[in-house]
Amino acid sequence: MRKFSLSVLSEVFAEIAKNATLYIPATDNAGGAKFTKWAEGVEYLETLNTVKSPKDFFFPHTEDLMEFKVTGKNIELFDIREESEDFVVFGVRACDVKSFDILDRVFLVDPVDTYYASRREHGVIISLACTRPAETCFCGTFDIDPATPAGDISAWKTEDSIYLEANTAKGEALLAKLDVLTEECDTEAVETQQEKIRKIMDKLPLKDLTTDSFGGGKTLDLFNSEKWAELSESCLGCGTCTFVCPTCQCYDIKDFNTGNGVIRYRCWDSCMFSEFTKMAHGNSRLSQLERFRQRFMHKLVYYPENNEGIFSCVGCGRCLSKCPISMNIVKVMKALGGEK
Amino acid sequence: MQKITRDVLVNKAVSLLEAGEVKAVLGWGKGEFSYDVTPTVFESADELRENFVWNDFCGANFSKYLVSKTRKIQGKILVFLKPCDTYSFNQLLTEHRFDREKVYAVGVPCEGMADIAKVKALAGDGISAIDFTDAGLVVTTLYDDEPKTITYADALAERCVNCKSKKHVAYDELLGESGEVLESARFDEVEKIEAMTADERFAFWQGELSRCIRCNACRDVCPACTCEKCVFDNPNSGAENKAPATSFEEQMFHIIRAFHVAGRCTDCGECSRVCPQNIPLHLLNRKFIRDIDNFYGEYQAGAEVGSRAPLVDYNLDDLEASDVFDRRDTE
Repeated sequence: MRKFSLSVLSEVFAEIAKNATLYIPATDNAGGAKFTKWAEGVEYLETLNTVKSPKDFFFPHTEDLMEFKVTGKNIELFDIREESEDFVVFGVRACDVKSFDILDRVFLVDPVDTYYASRREHGVIISLACTRPAETCFCGTFDIDPATPAGDISAWKTEDSIYLEANTAKGEALLAKLDVLTEECDTEAVETQQEKIRKIMDKLPLKDLTTDSFGGGKTLDLFNSEKWAELSESCLGCGTCTFVCPTCQCYDIKDFNTGNGVIRYRCWDSCMFSEFTKMAHGNSRLSQLERFRQRFMHKLVYYPENNEGIFSCVGCGRCLSKCPISMNIVKVMKALGGEK
Repeated sequence: MQKITRDVLVNKAVSLLEAGEVKAVLGWGKGEFSYDVTPTVFESADELRENFVWNDFCGANFSKYLVSKTRKIQGKILVFLKPCDTYSFNQLLTEHRFDREKVYAVGVPCEGMADIAKVKALAGDGISAIDFTDAGLVVTTLYDDEPKTITYADALAERCVNCKSKKHVAYDELLGESGEVLESARFDEVEKIEAMTADERFAFWQGELSRCIRCNACRDVCPACTCEKCVFDNPNSGAENKAPATSFEEQMFHIIRAFHVAGRCTDCGECSRVCPQNIPLHLLNRKFIRDIDNFYGEYQAGAEVGSRAPLVDYNLDDLEASDVFDRRDTE
């Protein structure tokens, strides 16, 4: 394990930024935080969660896929993707780091999504342990330990220092570049912090939320539950939950007419939207109840069914704090029997 | 702190429900914490007694729900309306969006609602309890041994700081007392933006709107947005988009929406309340309200049912377009 004093934080950022684009949580000038490209003068903001999750780094909100040019009866096809640059993201919380594994299981299975894969290859994640989880946090429900965040490098921030531990070859390579600015150290301070964090985890109001009633094979138990009507009763059908969610991965592919050709792009989509997955025959889910149910069944039943029991929620709590009507996965899980 | 108590509201709802006068009650439902209130349709006295909430986090305006719920529920629906909600209620009636006969409207006085973001900014995260006392919100967190007291004034949501009216403009029955239309400072922020140069103003809005994630929550919560099929959700409209093709287009979404509700927006402030990115969308609407006031005389959408909004009305002495153009330089 290595550490550096907080007094040289900007030197460390500058060193990382020499070889790669560095992103850190910074103010969004509206009371929240967002991952921001570091440059001299960009201040690191100690924050629990950014408003948008870091999934944008690998799966951007919108992205151009290809271009078609039409001349007479010929169609030419161009690969217009922007080459990924090497980048480092600092300060990713344990829940968000876990979300990358969940996205990998969608985008990196055959056929591999090469747009996503390229960004994954070029990105290095420095996670950060959570010293002040909020009441909306429930990562423990999904066996995520905020005291030991994963990532290429795990980091712990104390009052005066940041401690770093590399977990992957990419992480080791980056840490090696920080040799001069960091020093070897023992793990005592980190262990003390971890103990504190675990004590807080035991006090969190959502600590008893369990996944026992959910998982693969539960479709028939849950799909026809009468609770869905009540739970979805006042859902506005907006996309807030899906767009702040680190694991929601649905997208739409659309064509933009450029005048003499077509740019095909993809953009995030939301199962909460009325036109989601609209096909030639129409829509598969006509009511908000069905759309609402789909989102939670996907996270709690369908995804684990196809992914060895892994749920596609990481308990980050963004939907809890952002839903306009304060309806969210915790309320859904409790209503369907998910409390100890 | 709200002057009228939860018990008064619950008792009213229970008595009307048990007497069979109403079939359902549209009210605020209990959440996981002290502040995450969910709009709820209550259909039994037990549900009301157990889950009904009335406190300083009951900001949600139920008027728009009446459009769908009056069609779905057989019989009358009781709806609780704060003063500002009653303007949306009237505006929806003006636009014939729901059957008035199917609604029993109960006006409730409002002392202003708290903004949880303001509370968290002052008390810190990790809120384990909030008590509503005379001195203010007493907030207990996971990290402080002593609870913190935050005054109601410090916790007050922006739209309530600039409350335009404590008067209920529609109800079948009033609980407590109704207030007066207020002199508010709600146009101060608009004036600041008007005073900017065109470049500054463009930069201001570009900064604000660049955070938009196009979740559509502003539109979906807006009581003035009740089209059966929004142009932005219709793949055949040519305008349907889940993402902007350019950053300019993103700005257009909000400006077009503001134009669409101009003259019909009551300034209830729900758009800004629900925005996950804290974009001050209400400022766009207030700009239009102020312009309409200046050009056609003061007009408050929803103040009464059936009023002719200046933008859909015609008078011989109406301002000419050229007059509006000329004012550009003098203002």
